Amino acid sequence: MIHTLVINNEEAAAVILFGIGFTMLLFQRNLIKKLIGMNIMDTGVFLFLASMGYIEGRKAPIITDGVMSTEAYINPVPAGLVLTGIVVSVSVTALMLSLTVRLYRRYHTLELDEIYELSKHQMEDR
Amino acid sequence: MDFIRNFPLFTIVLSLFSGVLCYLLKGKTARRYTILYECVLVVLTGCVLYYTITTGEPFTYTMGEFPAPWGNEIRAGVLEAMLALVFLIVMLCSILSGFRFVDADLDESKVNLYYTLVNLMTAALMSIVWTNDLFTGYVFLEILTLTSCGILIVREIGRTTLAAVRYMILNLLGSGLFLLGVVLLYDLTGHLLMVPMQHTVAELAADPAVMPILSISTGILTIGLAIKSGLFPFHYWMPDTYGWATPTSASLLSSLVSKAYIFLLIKTYYRAIGIDVVMRMPLRNILLVLGMIGIVAGSVQAIHADNINKMIAYSSAAQVGYIYMGIGLGGTAGYTAAIFHIITHAVTKSVLFMTTPRLAEVSGDSLKFKTLQGSALRNRDAGFYFLLGALSMIGIPIFAGFSSKIQFGLAAVEAHSGVRLILVMTVLALSSMLNAIYFIRTLIRIYSDPEQKLRREDIRRHHRLGYNLPMGLLCGINVYLGLFSPAVLELIHRGLEMFG
Repeated sequence: MIHTLVINNEEAAAVILFGIGFTMLLFQRNLIKKLIGMNIMDTGVFLFLASMGYIEGRKAPIITDGVMSTEAYINPVPAGLVLTGIVVSVSVTALMLSLTVRLYRRYHTLELDEIYELSKHQMEDR
Repeated sequence: MDFIRNFPLFTIVLSLFSGVLCYLLKGKTARRYTILYECVLVVLTGCVLYYTITTGEPFTYTMGEFPAPWGNEIRAGVLEAMLALVFLIVMLCSILSGFRFVDADLDESKVNLYYTLVNLMTAALMSIVWTNDLFTGYVFLEILTLTSCGILIVREIGRTTLAAVRYMILNLLGSGLFLLGVVLLYDLTGHLLMVPMQHTVAELAADPAVMPILSISTGILTIGLAIKSGLFPFHYWMPDTYGWATPTSASLLSSLVSKAYIFLLIKTYYRAIGIDVVMRMPLRNILLVLGMIGIVAGSVQAIHADNINKMIAYSSAAQVGYIYMGIGLGGTAGYTAAIFHIITHAVTKSVLFMTTPRLAEVSGDSLKFKTLQGSALRNRDAGFYFLLGALSMIGIPIFAGFSSKIQFGLAAVEAHSGVRLILVMTVLALSSMLNAIYFIRTLIRIYSDPEQKLRREDIRRHHRLGYNLPMGLLCGINVYLGLFSPAVLELIHRGLEMFG
């Protein structure tokens, strides 16, 4: 068991990071901390993809010296997936930050519990 | 005729283009353009449905002519075309009957942004329905999440922002899990396209040592989509989200967005993992149990709600439970019931969400039950459509809700398991009774006026085509599904066969 974890240390680290981020996003009550958790979670997945896509001793799949064997190169798709994932993650973070700013302007706090309490007393209830 | 093979791609690309175009247009023009454009889309998907039915086989469209297993693909079969058509009709009707409220709730300079978001949402929905690639599914899943959050926060009151934040947090958890599930499956199989992945999974599943890993990967992906679509116990965001959004948004979110996630799940099961492998996993029993708890819990919470929109929102949670119960029962019958219920619920819930604001409008803009007394007498049209929707939700014959409950019963019989049969039948009976309690109670309230407060001049007659046409269409589809369900079920059957 330990041996497997040591060999696959990058994947293990990725899954642990995902777990940390996931629990932060779920249980933290502060909005900014939640967002940081989300970014850690996504980074975990990206690390997983990046480590999966790299094989030691192989090169990027650009043919310069006429070597056509697939054994000489790595698969470029995981890197492409990481790039796409980063774009998605950035846009989601931007939207969440803008929502956080809007909530802070209205309630002057970042703690979700306090915001719930404040919103209950609002007169908008119809 | 073969030109029709391009139409699925057109629906996606043109929607993205329309999104950008609406950003440049003025509010009213953007709305008119969107309505016209949705009509065009309905025609396009109608053609695709006709084409797949007549040719009797699905077709794949390879992007950039790169063949599998490398390129990216779009695939259209009867099932995809039918769901795309239903989604687009519901979307068109929601926009048509709700734009008055969009105009009222939004600042005039921002109306075009709403339609920008609606068009982008159409693009995301269409891609999720048509795609044949899991990672494309993930990307458009996120676009769907972002746009649905967008149409939620356009109504700038504190409660919607708070509801949107809760909605986003749960959705982000779901997306994260879905992404991890996809990445793990990619790690195991080396494919992102669904068909090659299914072949590799079938080979891997023969090895008993790999089966647990496959189960875990599929499980992570399933939990992600279950969170996003609001399966019990992740349904608590629904009342706030649907209760405070502008009516069109509430209708789109409950009847389309959560259904798209469920359809992606069914598609992943059938096409990426293979239904035989999924049936061997313990996963489906968990979905069955959570679905059944969700049905009862949602219905009980709906009885306790003090606000008509929250009641309908909790009822949505119960309906999502029904769909997962169908998936949990498994087998062709279970999945047929689940997909039939997706269509039924999309058609019914949008009607309910589009009538409540009109009932509230004649009751001092309040959605509370107390003030809604006699509101159906003040706005007869909305009251009548609410009546039809409610009867369908309870499961009265000739309406779609009845047919779909029968399908769940049949699926339970075909599951060949005594315990499942008893449990499902009990839950169906119990939930019909609970549905009847809260919907009939509401109907009595909105149709009775004990204090005779109603004066002649209070009766508003909205003989407006813009409202009656879309609502009539949706109710017509509802009755059609109720009376002629075998025809639709036959199509779903053929679609599922094409899926395999």
